Amino acid sequence: MAKQMPKTPLLDQLESGPWPSFVTGLKKLANDEDKQYAPMVKSLLGQLEHSYDTRKGYWKGGTVGVRGYGGGVIPRFSEVAGNYPESSEFHTMRVMPPAGMHYDTKTLRDLCDIWEKYGSGLIAFHGQSGDIMFQGISSANIQACFDEMNEMGFDLGGAGAAVRTSMSCVGAARCEQSNYDEARAMRTVINNLLDDMHRPSLPYKIKFKFSGCANDCVNASHRSDVAVLGTWRDDIKVDQEKVKAFVAENGRKMVNDQVINMCPTRALSLNDDDTLDVDNRSCVRCMHCINVMTKALSPGDDKGISILVGGKRTLKIGDLMGSMIVPFMKLESDEDFEKLTELTEEMLEFFAENALEHERTGEMIDRIGLVNYLDALGLEVDPNMVAHPRTSSYVRMDDWAEEADKWNQRKANSAAAE
Amino acid sequence: MSEATEKPRMPDECGVPDPMPLMHPMMRENYGAWSWHDRPRPGVLHHVAKSGDEIWTVKAGTQRQMDLGTVRNLCDIADEMADGHVRFTTRSNIEFMVTDESRVVPLIEKLESEGYPVGGTGNSISMISHTQGWLHCDIPGTDASGVVKSLMDEIYHDFRHEEMPNRVKITTSCCQINCGGQGDIAINIQHTKPPVINHDLVSNVCERPSVVARCPVAAIRPALVNGKPSLEVDEKKCICCGACYPPCPPMQINDPENSVLAIWVGGKHSSTRTKPTFHKLVISGLPNNAPRWPEVAEVVKRILAAYKEDGRPWERMSEWIDRIGWPRFFEMTSLPFTKHHIEDWRGGRNALNQSSHVHF
Repeated sequence: MAKQMPKTPLLDQLESGPWPSFVTGLKKLANDEDKQYAPMVKSLLGQLEHSYDTRKGYWKGGTVGVRGYGGGVIPRFSEVAGNYPESSEFHTMRVMPPAGMHYDTKTLRDLCDIWEKYGSGLIAFHGQSGDIMFQGISSANIQACFDEMNEMGFDLGGAGAAVRTSMSCVGAARCEQSNYDEARAMRTVINNLLDDMHRPSLPYKIKFKFSGCANDCVNASHRSDVAVLGTWRDDIKVDQEKVKAFVAENGRKMVNDQVINMCPTRALSLNDDDTLDVDNRSCVRCMHCINVMTKALSPGDDKGISILVGGKRTLKIGDLMGSMIVPFMKLESDEDFEKLTELTEEMLEFFAENALEHERTGEMIDRIGLVNYLDALGLEVDPNMVAHPRTSSYVRMDDWAEEADKWNQRKANSAAAE
Repeated sequence: MSEATEKPRMPDECGVPDPMPLMHPMMRENYGAWSWHDRPRPGVLHHVAKSGDEIWTVKAGTQRQMDLGTVRNLCDIADEMADGHVRFTTRSNIEFMVTDESRVVPLIEKLESEGYPVGGTGNSISMISHTQGWLHCDIPGTDASGVVKSLMDEIYHDFRHEEMPNRVKITTSCCQINCGGQGDIAINIQHTKPPVINHDLVSNVCERPSVVARCPVAAIRPALVNGKPSLEVDEKKCICCGACYPPCPPMQINDPENSVLAIWVGGKHSSTRTKPTFHKLVISGLPNNAPRWPEVAEVVKRILAAYKEDGRPWERMSEWIDRIGWPRFFEMTSLPFTKHHIEDWRGGRNALNQSSHVHF
């Protein structure tokens, strides 16, 4: 006899209302009587209802994986398996999506067909790190399921003390505000570090994320140890005829209130003839005016990237934002990409050798000081790296003259190069 | 050769798949060569390439935790009406692309008739970022999918309309690690009691030195309890953060009554206008009231209503509060200001008002 559907009076209340309901989806899977996953999902619904009833979670970790890899599967064993035996093993497979999360339907359908054979039928597009999360598979089925997905060209993502799955924004594929090839940068960096993704042996996790501009649609600044953000160093491009048209359509008050006065560095001014003045040396490439006047304004032509390091969430010293360590770098030629690859390798290596157990890059930098980190990476100090210079005099500066010389020498060299 | 002697298949470490063969052909053809965009209506983006090509994107909400039927249904819609391609956004919305404006309205109608709300663009409230919760996490204080579903039901109108001052990003986190990240509004578990320790299990399950090292306030020390090596917590020092629980499950931090919900506002990831900001505590002590968390929904709606009414165009939550000041925020939302709002963590002095500026 088929396993009975559990009573779920609390979860049932999540089936009403206009937003799509995950409970309705789970019930559909549980009622697919001819599928292998139906008993597992019925059992899962029972355990989830139990959680709703007692307001507690009942999963514990363990060790599960695929041949050749040390990570990528999140093991989940039920602590209440006696009552919910068919979902006693309900592991998640983290699978890396294509950069930018583009799919054709054949690929999605093929993934569904594999998951129908081996898994619970439940998929999350996507997890917080960016993985496709195939949620709910028994230990016995993992290898075969992975092998089939791997044959399709999909690979497991990161888990534990490893390089984690990355994300890049839609970027160049559909956005005029893109300042570099986000997908290429993401694949170049991550696919070069796969050994440290698949065989976790770092002090703790390290994340890379790639956004095409300061709007940072993949939340790289806070949610990654290494944030690569697009920017440009020449002037904002202004189409003055389209500026005039925008002013004519929206009025001067709107333009002053919503564009000119919202510029964070007061770099904009509306001229008497309804054209726009831009003080490009004061502009910080924040994107606001470009977001509002999408036809009239756009990023400059001399595009590239900035790199911020140290973003993370609360554990253990509190949330940190990434901070600037590379104000500008070109990312167009093969050599540019090679340079980014080398820099990210050095970041990973330094982190692996110097972070304490369970310490993130930002915490390590807090402990050792940014200057030591820059030294290790061979990066020179730059005033763009600070919100303001030091305010405390409690520092030893007997090498001041040498340090000032370095700066003056750099300035002289770059003047000579121009 | 018998099966037993065959070499086992080793993984093909293929890494991140190439998106080029999978993306909509018009996006591939105009890769890196777009000119401008606008938003003809909520839920729709219109991008124009330098070549003159035009593409319309229709964005729809999903439950994120999708069953096979839902994924296949979305594929059917894409095959029938959107050239067989989709993409997903950071916040689990799905995007369908069409190359002819006349296909936009039928696509919207189809999606909405199948139960997928169209919206999430511009100054709307987008999908709430979503963690794992009771469905799959090993340390959750609450559920994620249920909280998100309940709240999205409540703010459904503002997902489908662009009526807020600027975009609103809401996040949820089922523990204090804050997996949901920074949000204009963040709804996070806050534990209020020290862990309850099962001393019989600690020595078998936990690597004690790493648990001691994990505590942010050095409140944990090794101890012999009933003759067994275990750990004890200095409850006067303990801040009830739950950091010890993941490496040591016998130190149970979750509690049906004492793990409550706190709401934080003003987080922002982007460097647009202001630098990125962290969210700030506005209220704690809300009950973890499954299955629909009505007390949380009520406060979230109150904050959103104040922001919607008073925020100026393009002001994110943090920028709005920067302008009006915190006294006015607490007044407009009728939330209590307590000693717990005053930061005493490292760098806390930076959160004090070190000026003569006062809002009246």
